[in-house]
Amino acid sequence: MKTENQKAWFFVLPVLALVAFNALIPMMTVVNYSVQETFGDNVFFWQGLDWFQQILRSDRFHAALGRQFLFTFLILIIEVPLGIAIALSMPRKGFWVPVCLVLMALPMLIPWNVVGAMWNIFTLPDIGLLGYFLNHVLGISYDMTQDPVAAWVTIVTMDVWHWTSLVVLLSYAGLVSIPDAYYQAAKIDGASNWAVFRFIQLPKMKTVLTIAILLRFMDSFNIYTEPFVLTGGGPGNSTTLLSIDLVKIALGQFDLGPAAAMSLIYFAITLLVSWLFYTLMTKDDLN
Amino acid sequence: MQKRSIVPVVYILFLMLPIYWLVAMSFKTTNEILSGFSLFPQTFTLDNYIAIFTDPTWYWGYINSILYVTINTLISVAVALPAAYAFSRYRFLGDKQLFFWLLTNRMAPAAVFALPFFQLYSASGLFDTHIAVALAHCLFNIPLAVWILEGFMGGVPKELDETAYVDGYSFPRFFATVFIPSIKAGVGVAAFFCFMFSWVELLLAKTLTAVEAKPIAATMTRTASSAGYELGLLAAAGTLTIIPGAIVIWFVRNYIAKGFAMGRV
Repeated sequence: MKTENQKAWFFVLPVLALVAFNALIPMMTVVNYSVQETFGDNVFFWQGLDWFQQILRSDRFHAALGRQFLFTFLILIIEVPLGIAIALSMPRKGFWVPVCLVLMALPMLIPWNVVGAMWNIFTLPDIGLLGYFLNHVLGISYDMTQDPVAAWVTIVTMDVWHWTSLVVLLSYAGLVSIPDAYYQAAKIDGASNWAVFRFIQLPKMKTVLTIAILLRFMDSFNIYTEPFVLTGGGPGNSTTLLSIDLVKIALGQFDLGPAAAMSLIYFAITLLVSWLFYTLMTKDDLN
Repeated sequence: MQKRSIVPVVYILFLMLPIYWLVAMSFKTTNEILSGFSLFPQTFTLDNYIAIFTDPTWYWGYINSILYVTINTLISVAVALPAAYAFSRYRFLGDKQLFFWLLTNRMAPAAVFALPFFQLYSASGLFDTHIAVALAHCLFNIPLAVWILEGFMGGVPKELDETAYVDGYSFPRFFATVFIPSIKAGVGVAAFFCFMFSWVELLLAKTLTAVEAKPIAATMTRTASSAGYELGLLAAAGTLTIIPGAIVIWFVRNYIAKGFAMGRV
């Protein structure tokens, strides 16, 4: 049991100070911009909630939000089952375990713009390995700067390449914590592979899978650098995800008010979905 | 080797292909790259690497990145340790709310903060310093470090603390010489994650620097746009950014499996 001790606040103070400096001040700046109009020269006019209404009704925002949800949905539905499957088929001990883990973790430690640049070089139609293979060996016409479908396939494949390992490593951590006795008991009972998975392995992985899905949701919903470097949001607007659109409005057109309002709506959606998901996944534990 | 080990092998091959292509490109001459497709470098050259190691704007990019990542990792872990201890051992007013609020900062899109961060760090005179990037990355690294360390500390029985008090240890001495060594793995894993997320982040690092503290990743975007299409050089710079990460993973390889579960299995 934890003891009640208000002095514990002193332990938390440094963290609070640093995070508050980085979070509260910029957040208040954003809130300020979101209710004002400016024509430059630091002159501001009160605008009320106009920007929020404008963003919530704009087709451009709806389209970017739709693309964002589609992207996040696609990568979750591919990465989570794939990650679990790979974790299940990995060896539990021996020389190959650290080798596998190190190689699998490698993509996650590559700077995000390098990931984008790497996939750009990899998929160039005539001189990239994948682009050349598809175009000249398989004869499939592939050029992601022209074809929105190819661009989508590429950014989703890139994300699967980049982040499936996170799901693998987390699931694997859950799996190795299962004592051998559980498997022996299942064998005596004559349980099928499916039953072992459903009633022994999956429940054990639940906590780590919650962490994995939450992290993947948050990070894919906020993704910016990789698709920006790879496709720049194109062709047209076909891969302009929320963050890319936001940066276009804020830094490209310098529309600070609408950009700030959009930031707050964006943040609120991320928070809401994360909270809903977290509550759903942990509901059983509370009962 | 069993039949099912084919799955991880195929997966690792898939992971290695784009990396192989990047490395192969870095050893090719610009002529060879533009003249057509070749699976292996035909005229093997180190020119791209020599260009990077002899040009200060390139190699300072690496030094800058490593500097701010190191500062950030040290700050994040140092302040997260006592905070995680408080969260794992005590109940206090607003503890749950505070913990959740910390985690929400991990959810904030970096794009939201880019412009206000620029203004905040310009106003405080820290713009274009390593400290600025290190402090800015604390936004998402401190919550993560607290989360990971709290998980590991939860696994240490409370009796350890009580025994130490009975033996006459003062709190700072207990914390530094008994408690921290008992969660060594957790500290390693937290440091690893802080390193990782600070090393791979570009948007804030690029926004907060101009010349003096410019990260390597930002130098690369400059090259891609201004100096034409120097794919070989870009590939060499990219290859070099993979190396620090690879070294760090190798050090923590035995903790990765447990570490990724953040002590919560």
